[in-house]
Amino acid sequence: MKTCLVVDDSKVIRKVARHILETLDFSVREACDGREALDACLESAPDVILLDWNMPVMSGMEFLQALRASDIASRPKVVFCTTENGMSYIRAAIEAGADEYVMKPFDRDTLESKLQIVGLA
Amino acid sequence: MSVRTTAPCRPDASPAPACSANALAVLSTLLEVRTGQQLASYRSWRLDTALKPLLRARGLETLDQLVVQLLDGQDKTIGDRIVDALVNGETSFFRDQPVFDLIAEGLSGVERRRGRTRIWCAGCATGQEPLSLAMMFAERAESSGETPPDIVATDISEASLARARAARYNQFEIQRGLPIRRMMRWFTADEADWVAQPQLLRMIQYRRLNLVAEGPPAGRFDAILCRNVLLYLSPATKAQVFARLASALAPGGLLVLGAGETVIGQTGLFEPSKTLRGLYVRTGA
Ligand SMILES: C[S@@+](CC[C@H](N)C(=O)[O-])C[C@H]1O[C@@H](n2cnc3c(N)ncnc32)[C@H](O)[C@@H]1O
Ligand SMILES: [Mg+2]
Repeated sequence: MKTCLVVDDSKVIRKVARHILETLDFSVREACDGREALDACLESAPDVILLDWNMPVMSGMEFLQALRASDIASRPKVVFCTTENGMSYIRAAIEAGADEYVMKPFDRDTLESKLQIVGLA
Repeated sequence: MSVRTTAPCRPDASPAPACSANALAVLSTLLEVRTGQQLASYRSWRLDTALKPLLRARGLETLDQLVVQLLDGQDKTIGDRIVDALVNGETSFFRDQPVFDLIAEGLSGVERRRGRTRIWCAGCATGQEPLSLAMMFAERAESSGETPPDIVATDISEASLARARAARYNQFEIQRGLPIRRMMRWFTADEADWVAQPQLLRMIQYRRLNLVAEGPPAGRFDAILCRNVLLYLSPATKAQVFARLASALAPGGLLVLGAGETVIGQTGLFEPSKTLRGLYVRTGA
């Protein structure tokens, strides 16, 4: 089964994303900030990470930089998922190593389409 | 012709515009005469839902009132608006993605031998399909020097064509099928929308064309995409449209249908391509 780590400080977003992902046959884990997400990845790396930008403790961007610098051998796909919808944010995310970018609010079609693009749906 | 409000066509009692059997007959005739599509293949709830915005825009309450306006003939645009609302315009960028690579593969040989190729998108809806082709071929032109094709994109719906020409997509539309790097490369943010760059639009010529009533655009095409357009046509009308598509195809040209569609059992004019899986060529070509 494909695995996805949903990283978002909003409980509602995590719940919505989990629901959609489970209907797309993903096994889902959750983390509330970048720090928790990094621990989860070190424990076992998921196929894909759905990543919020603004979070307490460690932001999505800090997490992404730490992840790409880490020695986690499998390279999980990273799909940013954020309300930061400006071109400068998108560019920064891609340059930091994100594979795809979802502009919130998202729906099922958007998420499914982006997961397809990274080769996972 | 008078239209009486009797015999509701909706068996359930949920709040929706009332629709008599007479009105339903008028609407289905209008749709079939204009587009070849058979309303019988729609469910009646779809009719209600599809026409609700038009009713609201015209300050009408029921489908019967709409039909009265249609038949009274004073407003020549109302038939177009009804047809626009009833045809399914669902589309997305790079729909059935692998097909795009096959088209590129099929056309690159032709381009090498003969130069600029021509593609016809028949039933282009709001423009995502021709724009996807334009992006893909513009990128290939940059990397390999291949001359990008001329794209003729047609649809029966004036409303869809207006949107296609504006090439402006909201956040949900832009994220369906379009990889983020392509969005960054080919679209510019404007307020909450994303607008395609002029370079892409220069590759595409949009025009209105009704596939069941008119012949194809002038000239021959190296590829014709007619995807998810013929679904609701009667077998006879479908065969007629296939004949028109066949007449517009250059020797060795490719026909591309939607993922769930086939020519098998529909026409003898096309057969599956032996080299490009899922695409079709003229029989015996
Ligand atoms: C479901 S969309 C498909 C769009 C695109 N080809 C795709 O596959 O994503 C079907 C389109 O066909 C158009 N269409 C339906 N009947 C037509 C006809 N008789 N002539 C031309 N276009 C027609 C509709 O207006 C609509 O935009
Ligand atoms: Mg947040």
